[in-house]
Amino acid sequence: MRFLNLFRTTAFRLALIYLLLFAASAFALIAFIYWNTAGFMAAQTDETINAEIQGLREQYGASGLPGLRQVVIERSSVARGGLYLLANSDQSRIAGNLDRWPDAPTGQGGWVDFTYDRPSLSGSDRRSARARHLELLGGFQLLVGRDVHERREIEDRIESALFWSACITVGLGLIGGLLMSRNVTRRLDVINETTRDIIDGDLNRRVPLSGSNDEFDELATNLNDMLDQIGSLMAGMSEVADNIAHDLRTPLNRLRSRLEVTLMKPASELEYREALEGAIAESDQLISTFNSLLLIARAETGQARENFEELELKSVLTDVVELYEPLAEAKRITLKTSASQAAPINGDRGLISQMLANLIDNAIKYTPEDGMVTVSIRRTGRHAVVEVRDTGAGIPQAEREHVLRRFVRLEASRNEPGSGLGLSLVAAVARLHDAEITLGDAKPGLIATLRFHLKD
Amino acid sequence: MRLLIVEDDRETAAYLAKGLKESGHVVDHAKDGVDGLELARGQTYDVAIVDRMLPRMDGLTLVKTMRDEGNLVPVLFLSALSDIDDRVRGLKAGGDDYLTKPYAITELLARVDALVRRRQPEQVQTKLVVGDLELDLLSRSATRNKQTIELQPREFLLLEYLMRHAGQVVTRTMLLENVWDYHFDPQTNVIDVHISRLRAKIDKGFADALLHTVRGAGYCLRAVP
Repeated sequence: MRFLNLFRTTAFRLALIYLLLFAASAFALIAFIYWNTAGFMAAQTDETINAEIQGLREQYGASGLPGLRQVVIERSSVARGGLYLLANSDQSRIAGNLDRWPDAPTGQGGWVDFTYDRPSLSGSDRRSARARHLELLGGFQLLVGRDVHERREIEDRIESALFWSACITVGLGLIGGLLMSRNVTRRLDVINETTRDIIDGDLNRRVPLSGSNDEFDELATNLNDMLDQIGSLMAGMSEVADNIAHDLRTPLNRLRSRLEVTLMKPASELEYREALEGAIAESDQLISTFNSLLLIARAETGQARENFEELELKSVLTDVVELYEPLAEAKRITLKTSASQAAPINGDRGLISQMLANLIDNAIKYTPEDGMVTVSIRRTGRHAVVEVRDTGAGIPQAEREHVLRRFVRLEASRNEPGSGLGLSLVAAVARLHDAEITLGDAKPGLIATLRFHLKD
Repeated sequence: MRLLIVEDDRETAAYLAKGLKESGHVVDHAKDGVDGLELARGQTYDVAIVDRMLPRMDGLTLVKTMRDEGNLVPVLFLSALSDIDDRVRGLKAGGDDYLTKPYAITELLARVDALVRRRQPEQVQTKLVVGDLELDLLSRSATRNKQTIELQPREFLLLEYLMRHAGQVVTRTMLLENVWDYHFDPQTNVIDVHISRLRAKIDKGFADALLHTVRGAGYCLRAVP
């Protein structure tokens, strides 16, 4: 069964096609060799016979039957493989080293292939010969030939050698094809088995590498990387679910309790109104948190990359700064921008605006009155570096890494307006854009640094 | 005003209808796209409020069909999809505005009002006037009671939007979307600060204020009658 399966594999089919091509060229080569050896020898024999007949015909013309008879007797006595028979019109022997006229039929051009008996030590040998028949003036018959026994034997040898070498070629090719396709099939089987296991739910399986660094290893490495990526996305999604549960349950509970408590005892219309207004504010807060969570999730999955376009980071930043400028002024905070160079990047304008808005919003929020927020953009090599620096309280060293993680709210910010997910969103948008984000100490205050890749 | 609501969630539709009726509108409700199309064919509405996802015929197809049939009623899409792409698709299909669920009823009312006004044929205006406040769109200058008011470019856009919607409630989100082209919610209410800055320029020193805050909803620019 497995053997039959092997025949259906692409690898085997390819091997078979290759074998057919190979066999065809081998046959062409063999035919050429045969033609140039056996064919050449046969042609040579015929040429010799023709030349001799020509000579004998001239002899007959010059000196008549007696002269010809003399020459035939002379040549017959020399053992050089030449066969001669001079006969009367009734094919009875006059002279020559053949006893009688051969029985074999005469072919085209007077050529006869026949056998004759040659006396030897052990009696007589039956040998192959080829001759040409010539009818002379006066009805005399002349047969001139050559013993081709050795030549026929060599031809037979060549033929059988060629036949067997063809058999061996095909046989080896077939076995080689089978082995080769079995090797390929086995490597693919491992990959298929692994993927089937993963489909069946064992998500931690990975395709083993053979260590040969070939295409199959490359395929396996790519598959494994893809699986890792999917795995981390899935982990991200389940973290989203956990965090949504956590961040939404608490305010939902608060909302519910507020309404419940209001209904516990009769209250004035004003009290009801206040409770309802509180509930609306509470649900607005919930919606805001929910939207932030969704946005973070979307940025984390990389889906938003579809909306990437070429942006001038400088103009995006200037617009956001302009939006916040009156807010800073109202708090008597100096909002300073320094952006001298153009910084083209690839990104999502909406998300980058929101990210910068969050950073500037935080900076203004946590900077006391009469403080300063400095926003700058500069180019270093292949990067555009955006810096938002404030003179606020900063974030303790130990917490800096932590606040950039997914869905983390600083305990202290839970009672501030907004979802409190601002920095998590900034980090998620940064990851989406392959930008590096670091938080540092401005002594006093916080420096948030974003390092974008410039567009090529 | 006569409004059409096409919304499959019965309760949402009921609250929406109640809110709209209380603001003085007449409301018809269709529970799916096919019914919505029937109603839109048989009656002229001032605004249609269409949910994106509807049974039988989705909102996009409904609006596309209406537009193909030559129905030019202003359409406000409601959707649980908040992607920028979805918004763009909605507007391309022939929608005039797009509101993401969950929304505040006050927001919806303000947008419906804005759409109703838009329906009136818009003349090419070179000058907007509200009371004694004048905005010259050609020279890009503002005067109140003949006194020149110096405006930053963005303040000019902000005032232009408010004056085009004079007498209507304009929400913070509408301003953020139409004046700044931002579709996110800034954590702090930056719009309030822009408004108070603008207010200082156009109302300060005048007996009658033109720029009013509408509690729980937004702002309204109107001349005292």
